[in-house]
Amino acid sequence: MKFHHQTLSNGLQIVAECNPDALSAALGFFVRAGARDETPEISGVSHFLEHMAFKGTDKRTAEDVNREFDEIGAKYNAYTAVDQTVYHAAVLPEYLPRAMDLLAGLIRPTLRVDDFDVEKQVILEEIAMYADLPSWTAYECAMRRQFADHGIGNSVLGTVDSVGALTADAMRAYHTDRYGANNIFVAATGKIDWHQLVDLIEEHCADWSAGASERGCDRTHRRDSDEIICTDAYVQESIVLVSDAPAADAPLRMASELLASIIGDDSGSRFHWALEEPGRVDSVEFAYYAYEDVGAFLTSIGCQPDLAEENLDIIKAIFREVAERGVEPEEIDQAKHRLGARIVLAAERPQNRLQSLADHWTYRQRYASVEEDLALLEAVTIEQTKELLDRYSLSNHLAVWLGPLKGDATASAPSLS
Amino acid sequence: MSNVYHEHRYANGLQLLVEPMSWCRSAAFTFLVPAGVSREPATAPGCANLVASLLTRGAGSRDSRQLSNDLDNLGIQRHEATETIHTSFTAATLADNLEPCLTITRDIMRSPHLHADQLELCKASTLQELMAIEDDPGQKIFIELKRHSLPEPLGRPILGSAEGVQRMTPEMIVDFHRRCFRPNGAILGVAGNVDFERIRDIIGELFDDWKPIDEPPFSVAQRHGSRQHVPAEKLQTHIGLAFDSVSYSDADFYNAHGAVGVLSGGMSSRLWTEVREKRGLCYSVGASYHPLKDRGIILVYASSSSDRANETLEVIFAELERLLLGISDDEVHRLQAGLKSSLIMQEESTSARASVLARSWYHLGRVRPFDEIAREIEAMTPESILGYLERHPPGNFNILTLGPTPLEASA
Repeated sequence: MKFHHQTLSNGLQIVAECNPDALSAALGFFVRAGARDETPEISGVSHFLEHMAFKGTDKRTAEDVNREFDEIGAKYNAYTAVDQTVYHAAVLPEYLPRAMDLLAGLIRPTLRVDDFDVEKQVILEEIAMYADLPSWTAYECAMRRQFADHGIGNSVLGTVDSVGALTADAMRAYHTDRYGANNIFVAATGKIDWHQLVDLIEEHCADWSAGASERGCDRTHRRDSDEIICTDAYVQESIVLVSDAPAADAPLRMASELLASIIGDDSGSRFHWALEEPGRVDSVEFAYYAYEDVGAFLTSIGCQPDLAEENLDIIKAIFREVAERGVEPEEIDQAKHRLGARIVLAAERPQNRLQSLADHWTYRQRYASVEEDLALLEAVTIEQTKELLDRYSLSNHLAVWLGPLKGDATASAPSLS
Repeated sequence: MSNVYHEHRYANGLQLLVEPMSWCRSAAFTFLVPAGVSREPATAPGCANLVASLLTRGAGSRDSRQLSNDLDNLGIQRHEATETIHTSFTAATLADNLEPCLTITRDIMRSPHLHADQLELCKASTLQELMAIEDDPGQKIFIELKRHSLPEPLGRPILGSAEGVQRMTPEMIVDFHRRCFRPNGAILGVAGNVDFERIRDIIGELFDDWKPIDEPPFSVAQRHGSRQHVPAEKLQTHIGLAFDSVSYSDADFYNAHGAVGVLSGGMSSRLWTEVREKRGLCYSVGASYHPLKDRGIILVYASSSSDRANETLEVIFAELERLLLGISDDEVHRLQAGLKSSLIMQEESTSARASVLARSWYHLGRVRPFDEIAREIEAMTPESILGYLERHPPGNFNILTLGPTPLEASA
């Protein structure tokens, strides 16, 4: 494994972890553009633009793009997050030049109006699909209220109104702002010839202009009050709790990852024993979300409505207990074993390794090998988890309720028939 | 690509398959036992899944918590799942931790406690899962489509029914485990940084005295076409459609893959292009091929806003019809490129290989070598796929819709 890094004169960065023994190569364009960079008028534009990227360039139609990716057997896709947009592909090594040509084309799309109008319908379908899912609806609402005056609270999909009113011109302006070469890095993992990679990127991206893509860095945010949404549209009660957590560049980042595993992992966690194992919930999660300037601990539960209040009491008791007594050394060791094995297993596939390489570069502008990742994990101490819990109180959280529960514990469970 | 595997059958019928992958740091296994939902007594729907949930809640000398702690301390990523034919227990970890993991697995498969108090907890949990499906129309449509399109007992829902789960007794659970967790019919696939002889000896020590039990009779009815609507107040209408295809061992296996690939193999495939790209009718649309041992089935799925769903179904029908009119060389070349890269990338995952070993063995009694699969992919042509489609034309559909109102479009 060898790491390389270079910056082109227009500001585009290239990072690669080359593994001569790999069977495939994975590539990604990571654009520092997402819902947090949107104003309310253009809410959803980053995600819509990600769809439009596949609609072709001056030399390719939308059909050409899809056809050519399929011709090389690429496993390819894109996603939009609140703080970045990512275009990625995994291919057999001989197809690296064609994959690069195609991916680079996605970043400089033509944005034709006809395509724009059809794709708008697809986005509206996507919004409708997610609106039918209670866990998603509760999550979006919780993030919006937790980060009331901060871009991290913005919706990735936007609304039917904002997407409906969006114009191709507004999207072009956004693209010019956010898709400048200095706002993008290319990451590559697996069987990569570094010099070939740099030559290919020079060929396709050297003439890209830099943008004026400033992003405000705001380490504070205002939180709105709790929200209870009573609706008979769903049979389950969904509850989301959010509290503050360290940002992605904070020294307590790894301690936060470890705490998330201790409290909420699928097996062996506090939530598992208190809620999953006794069959009190359909699902429960505790996740650590880290961004460049802020972070959040998120608890999500889906359960039958008549158990919701009791379940919440159990969660609150766990939060109090870890605040008062901390976590046990055995819990830390066990979480290290769980996460360590996960790091090693993920590293065996270039397409999985790409995400880890890119996360380090996005949030910390550094490279970490698998061994360094494991060493960072190993280095977390019980004192750090104590400091983390002192500084970021889990009990100081926002709550969003969504479901049939009418705000009292006497509501009965709906029939299953 | 070498992909050499070793096989060994123990006297009690347990089948072992091992593929050493010396370049990996990990090792993984897939353990299949013939204890899927199709093996449930008709009077106990949900019992296979409850037994699977109970496997890791105490086994051998360990209670639920000790078992979980020991597996976690070995860094084992594990999953137990109920499937139609089998119950599977899969695990992946650092290769050095495989042996202690196999020792614990012996207890999980052969001597789970299946305690009555743990059963009550699993029942509560399953009832909540059944309830949650009502809030997830994309999941519900597949469960209902399977129920309507695959005949008894293949179409049974994995979780059973709320009524069945509520009625389940500890005796029914113990009885199902005793009858279905048996070495004859069980298959263990292991892949990763391991040595075949060593694994063979360890598994021998752990499972040699597992007593075989006679295979119970098993018969499946024929499929019949149907059309049903499930009313649901949602923004979208979900569409599911099923029709017959061929089994895993059929000579047309790759051609069936090819036909589904033309429909749904990549973003240049026909359903994606016609339904989503040209008309913007949906966010998700696709077809998938599900080969079983004695038959196969193709499922098509889409979800659209309710006022546009009828057009979506019309376009799907039109594409199924157009499939028989011709397939281009270019379409087949794209399919071949996609299948070839999947085949090679699979070699980067010990979990993927372990699964292929066990499942191929179940269907074929052997594992297709890499070169053979590559040859079969290369041999695919428009004519071979059309030949398959003429022998097995899409038709006699099971059509299921879920949403505010039924749809009118028909084939």
